[in-house]
Amino acid sequence: MILMVVEHANGKASKSACELATAARQLGGEVAALVLGSGVAPVAAEAAFIAGQVLVADTPSLAEYDAELWAAAVAQIARAGEAHTILIAASRSGCEYSPRVAVKLDAPLLEDVFSLQHIDSVFRAERYTYLNRVTERIEAEAPLAVVTLKPGAFAAAVPATEAAEQFDVDLELPQRRLVVTARTREKSERISLTEADIVVSGGRGVGSPEGFAELIEGLANQIGAAVGATRAVVDAGWRPYAEQVGQTGKTVQPRAYIAVGISGAVQHLSGMNKSKVIVAINKDADAPIFKIADYGIVGDVKEIVPAMIRELRK
Amino acid sequence: MRILTIVRQVPGAEESLRIKDGKVDLEGRKLVIDTMDEYGVEEALRLRESGAQAEVVVLAVGPARVEEALRTALAMGADRAVLVETGVALDAISLSNVVAQVAAREEADLILLGGQQADWDSQALGAAIAERLNWPQAAWTNLLAVKDTTLTGRHDVDEGTESFELPLPAVVTTQQGLNDPRYPTLPNIVRSRKKEIRREAFESFSVTAKLKIVGEEIQVKQRLKMILDGKDAQAAASRLVQLLREEARVIA
Repeated sequence: MILMVVEHANGKASKSACELATAARQLGGEVAALVLGSGVAPVAAEAAFIAGQVLVADTPSLAEYDAELWAAAVAQIARAGEAHTILIAASRSGCEYSPRVAVKLDAPLLEDVFSLQHIDSVFRAERYTYLNRVTERIEAEAPLAVVTLKPGAFAAAVPATEAAEQFDVDLELPQRRLVVTARTREKSERISLTEADIVVSGGRGVGSPEGFAELIEGLANQIGAAVGATRAVVDAGWRPYAEQVGQTGKTVQPRAYIAVGISGAVQHLSGMNKSKVIVAINKDADAPIFKIADYGIVGDVKEIVPAMIRELRK
Repeated sequence: MRILTIVRQVPGAEESLRIKDGKVDLEGRKLVIDTMDEYGVEEALRLRESGAQAEVVVLAVGPARVEEALRTALAMGADRAVLVETGVALDAISLSNVVAQVAAREEADLILLGGQQADWDSQALGAAIAERLNWPQAAWTNLLAVKDTTLTGRHDVDEGTESFELPLPAVVTTQQGLNDPRYPTLPNIVRSRKKEIRREAFESFSVTAKLKIVGEEIQVKQRLKMILDGKDAQAAASRLVQLLREEARVIA
């Protein structure tokens, strides 16, 4: 059995769930989707259209994510269902609890992969390493592997026409040890960075927080894109950390990445260099970002971006 | 308390990489302590300096060259070091086994390490160590304090941040903003030469790799590099929008 863990937020399955379903279908065989949480009936109902069966652990103690609880739950279900492959989205939380699952089950962990094969008990996958600069091919021979999938690397599965059966599961869960005393959710009406088709990102070159709002948000709103930022912009307090793209922020791979006023430090490039089309607008013709750009303009972002917005409105 | 920090050696971010016989060739590359591990060493020193009765032990697992990373951490101020020398290419899950065994031998109360390994592009090591020891973990931590046997801090999660409390023993992985690592001063470099590096035989841990790296390559995507002159902002902007609509077909 392939066990895929359905990530969800605000009562909806995340896009990653459909990507996991695609990887699972490609591997072939029975697929069970696992939904963990509290009040997750709508999520389970969605999951029923992308897997052969849905296992639901709907309990108040799972209302908030916790790495130890999630790992315990996934390992128990995997054991009970004799899973040979566990698929988890390589989100920050997925990357946090998946190693625990691997240790519990004495299994190899194939992390953040963008391709996956399973032939005769050998798992083969590809992933990026060295700040997204190297493509690595890895292999593990084991009866069971834990695999986290790179967001956006697999196409979203088309939902089935009939819903699969749902089963409630009972779990023995440990006590939470990490106690959350305060929570800041950076809520945005905008599409999330890792799920967006287009990302507009700004660097220090936009000049100020106001410049960022006018140019980056203005352009993003015009084309329905997500907003990204460089570390320098986040460190300066212009933008929230949730928007940071790069080594210590998010890694994105959209259809188009529009970099405005970004020179292109290696740490930033590592978060976006696999984007399908890269567009750069910067005053410095020698900026490293132009070396990986498909399209670009050398010029003043404060003139060019408003001109683009005007053009798009036409 | 005893704080164990882990340092790994990675190519400096500005180093160019090359491939030899299907593997990344680090021969002659400038190798540095992974920045995120460096945050861990610095934080251990700050906890010690902030009054926690702490001994700071730094651990490296890898080829003989990783001794340089230990020397740097000792020069920053770590009290002593443990070196497990091996040429085996360990993955995060197998390396966590070595680290957990060292932590148990050392009776460590807190393990600090990078939130992500810059060569592996992996976030797995901290959580895997915590699981082996059956400890809790706070990942991506950008603020940390210790009082008696409780850690308090703040860390980044999928969308936003959380303030947390965590009982010791625990694993904490670092995030940017946690601190600004110090440079070793000359007197401290001199002093560090007398500090102990204890060597442990890799074989004594009975650990084998869980993953095999079959090949590594640098795939450079060919980019169009169609760069326009923006002196006439409106003309350049119009042309770019047209290209994105009609040629790249990424916007409507």
